[in-house]
Amino acid sequence: MATWRPDPSFYPSPRMAAKAPKETLAYVAAFDPERTRPDAIAVVDVDPASSSYSQIVGQVEMPNVGDELHHFGWNACSSCLCPNAPHPHVERRYLVVPGLRSSRLHIIDTRPDPRNPTIVRVIEPSEIAEKANYSRLHTTHCGPEGIYVNALADRDGNAPGGIFLLDHRSFDVLGQWEMDRGPQKLAYDFWWHLGHDTMITSEWGTPDTFENGLVPEVLLGSKYGRRLHFWDLHKRKHLQEIDFGEEHQLVFELRPAHDPTKAYGFVGCVISLKDLSASIWTWYRDGERWAVKKVIEIPAEPADPDLLPPVLKGFSAVAPLVTDIDLSMDDRFLYVSCWGTGDMIQYDVSDPFAPKETGRVRIGGIVSRASHPKTVNGALNGGPQMVEISRDGKRVYFTNSLYGAIDPQFYPDGVDGWMVKLDVADGGGIAFDENFFVDWPKGHRPHQVRLEGGDCSSDSYCYP
Amino acid sequence: MTTVWPWLSIIGLGAFHGINPAMGWLFAVALGLHRQSRRIVWLSLAPIAVGHAASAALTLAVVVTFGAVLEPHHFRLVAALLILSVAAYGAFCGHRHRVRVGMRAGMAGLGLWSFLMATSHGAGLMLVPAVLSLCVVDRAGDLAVAGSLPVALAAVAVHGAAMLAVVAAMAIAVFEWLGLAALRSAWINFDHLWTVALSATGIVLLVQ
Repeated sequence: MATWRPDPSFYPSPRMAAKAPKETLAYVAAFDPERTRPDAIAVVDVDPASSSYSQIVGQVEMPNVGDELHHFGWNACSSCLCPNAPHPHVERRYLVVPGLRSSRLHIIDTRPDPRNPTIVRVIEPSEIAEKANYSRLHTTHCGPEGIYVNALADRDGNAPGGIFLLDHRSFDVLGQWEMDRGPQKLAYDFWWHLGHDTMITSEWGTPDTFENGLVPEVLLGSKYGRRLHFWDLHKRKHLQEIDFGEEHQLVFELRPAHDPTKAYGFVGCVISLKDLSASIWTWYRDGERWAVKKVIEIPAEPADPDLLPPVLKGFSAVAPLVTDIDLSMDDRFLYVSCWGTGDMIQYDVSDPFAPKETGRVRIGGIVSRASHPKTVNGALNGGPQMVEISRDGKRVYFTNSLYGAIDPQFYPDGVDGWMVKLDVADGGGIAFDENFFVDWPKGHRPHQVRLEGGDCSSDSYCYP
Repeated sequence: MTTVWPWLSIIGLGAFHGINPAMGWLFAVALGLHRQSRRIVWLSLAPIAVGHAASAALTLAVVVTFGAVLEPHHFRLVAALLILSVAAYGAFCGHRHRVRVGMRAGMAGLGLWSFLMATSHGAGLMLVPAVLSLCVVDRAGDLAVAGSLPVALAAVAVHGAAMLAVVAAMAIAVFEWLGLAALRSAWINFDHLWTVALSATGIVLLVQ
């Protein structure tokens, strides 16, 4: 229902959002890699003053099994205050939760009790196929024309993947977003520069190349995604493609600057076929075109082949595998998850072309198996993966699972789920909160984290 | 036979449309902030007012033309039903529109945006009862187009001027002094008010 005043979690600008109250709850997608019991959205208490701090205090199970919950988002956010398409009286209330494997879309109500969310609507894959011709639902964002959801494949599991729109009140599927997709075929992530009327999309691959794990021949043949696509956000038209070249594979998470006047952002490339390094690239406006520049290269670490999974043995090295990144609300710090080596690295990106490392912690990792002060079991597996930053930039949360079918390729003895939190020092520097460690219940693995009231990858802004 | 009340209501509706952030002043502020320019805020006011006035003029021209050919009773019924259906559409489907103009809008884009916003919200329709009461009626009770069009256009001019004055005052006050933080609490649901106002317009026409 529409309200009389704007939702108090909407902020006109990222500067104002950074002054938002501290989050007390986190919603975390949790999935069963065996696909025998339902996936869930878990509610984690992140209020240090609470007696149940660092514990799962509630969860809502999906009605089916095998969804593979992955990314999810809010029905409405700060972009509702935009002057060209204002909808300020919608509540930030519902989580839009896609199943990456099932293509089923769940609408979850976080009111009246935010600790006990409930499912209010399930949109079946057949309806999405019928109205939008897509499947394998991935990322969602609230934006100017409603709720945007992207999909990695068409209804038959082939290219092209793309984006479709949902009505932000009724959650009805409105249809495909693209009007002219140009050469775009593969899909992975998407986001936009509202101040520059530009959408950006990235690339992974078609379901046959990831649903049973990464396919070495496809990877070594440079057949996974390696391009960025730039679109006119309002004409819904493809404008430009940038190819990172044969060496670079898996161009994943997109983090545009929050300040809508800035025309740059960061994207992570998981692996280089030349030396297994990972890289961060800055995209930026260069005259009338968009351009990219590699600004960070994270090298592979030499390792004893006996400690490596079959896929890496021949290389005698651990690939960093940058699988997620996140940018603080003030556009100052970029957090980079190295799922292979186990590092979470903080860079000062005040100058987006000259990042400086300002902090690093290690936990898990293919070889290092680094521990956490609060664990009792010692060596941890999995590594830093989906990362989320509080709006004030002082707290960083992350979990350790990548994707059901890929986890065992790099962690053959399994991934036991955990979620941790970092405290951020003023001016840079990160350290574990020694009192925060969620030893994830067996049978589920945690993936994306969303924070109560919004976080650094949930909202976009129209005012500087 | 003119009274002051229709004109006052036309001015009042101009102020009501102008104060609604969705009708333009907020866009002018945003463009000023993006381009760090007070000049842009002032310049943006022109296409916003022109787009709004053009939409109202077109609406009223169509209404007056139909008023001249339809029987008075039928005409009021048709106009009222049209207004009520626009109100219902706005309440239930108004959020579902395409967004055609973004933050890189130039002056032409802004004018188009203002025209589309005013038209889709039925801004001109809200003026219909006041304008009809000002229009010239011939012996058969039909509207006389030749006499009525100038009155309608004068109404649009007065309405547009009132709207522009309020848009300018809001945009400048927010850009120069108030800042955008006030939006978070002060932006009341104009969509609700708009639906109520438009529905009332339709009902007035029905019972008048």
